[in-house]
Amino acid sequence: MNEKTGTFPEPALRLEEISKSLGGRLILDAVSLDLRKGERKVLIGPSGAGKSTLLQCVNCLVLPDRGRIFLKGEELDQSDNRALRLFRRRVGMIFQDFNLFDHLTALGNVGIALQKVRGLPKAEAESRAVEELARVGLEGKASMYPAELSGGQKQRVAIARALAMDPEVILLDEPTSALDPELAGEVLTVIRDLADGGMTMLMATHQMDFALALADEILFMEQGRIIEQGVPSLLLAPGSGTRTLDFCSRLALGAEGRI
Amino acid sequence: MLAYLAAVAGEAPYILSGSLVTLGVVCASLGLGFCMGVPLALAQVYGLPTARRLVAVYTWFFRGTPILVLLYLFHFGLFDALNLNMPALVSACIVLGLASSAYQSQIFRGSLEALPAGQFKAARALGFSSVQSVRHIILPQALRLSLPGWSNEYSILLKDSALVYVLGVPEIMTRAHFVASRTSWHVTYYILAALLYLAITALGLKLLRLLEKKTRLPGYNL
Repeated sequence: MNEKTGTFPEPALRLEEISKSLGGRLILDAVSLDLRKGERKVLIGPSGAGKSTLLQCVNCLVLPDRGRIFLKGEELDQSDNRALRLFRRRVGMIFQDFNLFDHLTALGNVGIALQKVRGLPKAEAESRAVEELARVGLEGKASMYPAELSGGQKQRVAIARALAMDPEVILLDEPTSALDPELAGEVLTVIRDLADGGMTMLMATHQMDFALALADEILFMEQGRIIEQGVPSLLLAPGSGTRTLDFCSRLALGAEGRI
Repeated sequence: MLAYLAAVAGEAPYILSGSLVTLGVVCASLGLGFCMGVPLALAQVYGLPTARRLVAVYTWFFRGTPILVLLYLFHFGLFDALNLNMPALVSACIVLGLASSAYQSQIFRGSLEALPAGQFKAARALGFSSVQSVRHIILPQALRLSLPGWSNEYSILLKDSALVYVLGVPEIMTRAHFVASRTSWHVTYYILAALLYLAITALGLKLLRLLEKKTRLPGYNL
C-alpha cells in the first residue's frame, strides 16, 4: 500500500499551522499536514499528544486558535457558521465512543442527517440508510436501538452514519480503543474495506499493526507537534532510531491488547 | 344521619365539578411552565453568561417566593397596577405557570447536563446547526430523562393549585371551603376534597407512567 505515496495528485485536505490552547496549556503547536485524495494517514503517539484535538480541529468541533484549513484547495472560513456546517457535511467523523444518538434506531441514526441536514425525503433517506447499514454488514439490525447493540455494531452504525453523507474525507478518532479485541476486528474490517474503496482518511489509533497495514504515511505526534512522519516501512525500519520505532516497540512490550 | 347524607349528597356534585376547574388550572399552568421551562433550561445550559444569569435570577425569584405571596403580588399588585382587569382564573394560571416554569427549567437543566457531550458533538459533526441539534437530538433525549421529575412537578402543582382559592377561583378547595363554612359538617367536605385531590393525583401519575413506558427506549434503563 505504501508504494502509492506520492502518487496522489489531488489535494483533499490541508492544515496549515493549527494551534490550540486549552486551559492555558498548548495542545497543538502549529501543526500542518496535507492529505491527498485517497491517501490514508495515521496519527500515533502517546496519550495527550494532541491527536484527538487535532482531529476535532479539522472540522472545527474544537475551534483552532490559529491556523488555516483547506478542503480541495478552498479555505474554510472558520467564523462562518454556514460554511462550517457545509464543511462538516463533507468531512465525516468517527468517535472513540461512537456517540450514536441513543433515542434513534440504527436506521434512524444513519437516516436523520440525510433528512434534516441534506433535506432528503423520509423514504429516500431510509432506503439510503438501509444501503449504508448493509455496507457495514448490519442489514439485520436496522430496527435496533444503540443500547441493544454491541460496541462493535455501534461503531459500524457510526461509520454507516458518516458514510451516508458521502464525505470526501473521513476522520477517525481511535475508532477501536473502546472495544474488546474481538469486537475491534469487525470494525477494522469495515475500515479496511473503506480504505480499499479509496476513501481519504486521517486516523488516530493505538492499534499499531492495523496502522502499519493501512497507512500510506505515519504521523508521530508528541506534545502537540508532529515530530516524525513518513512511510511506515522507513519510520519503523529496525535500527532506524526513530522516536516512532521506540514508541512502537514499547507499546509492543507494554500494554497488552493495545496492539 | 339521613339529613347528613342527604345534605352531603346534595353538595357533592358542586364540589365535584370543581375538579374540572382544578384540572384546568393544573393543565394550563403545567403547559405554561413547560413552554417557558424548556427555553429557560436551554438558555441556562447553552446560553451566554448574561442569559444564564437572568435565568438564575428568574428561578431564584419564583422558587424563593411562596405561591400565596406571588398570587397576591400578581393579581392584586402587578396586574391591577397595569389595569389588566385579569380574571382570577387567568391570574391563577399565570402565577402557577411562572412558578412551575422555574421548577421545570431545573428539571430540564438536569437532564440536559446529564446527556453525554458527545451527542451534541456528533450532531454538529454531521452538519446539524445548533438549533437542529437541540431539536432533533438533544431535546428528544432530555425530555425522556425528565419525565420522572416532571411527574413529581405535576403532583406538587396539583396540590399548590388549592392555594388559588384565595383569589376565589371556583376549584375544589374554594368550593369545599364555601360549602363547609355554611354547615356544621366541615370535616366531611374537606375529606371529600382530599379524596378528589388524591384521585386526580393517582389518575395523572398513572397517565404519566404510561407515557414513560411508551417513550422508553429498548435496552435503555433509565
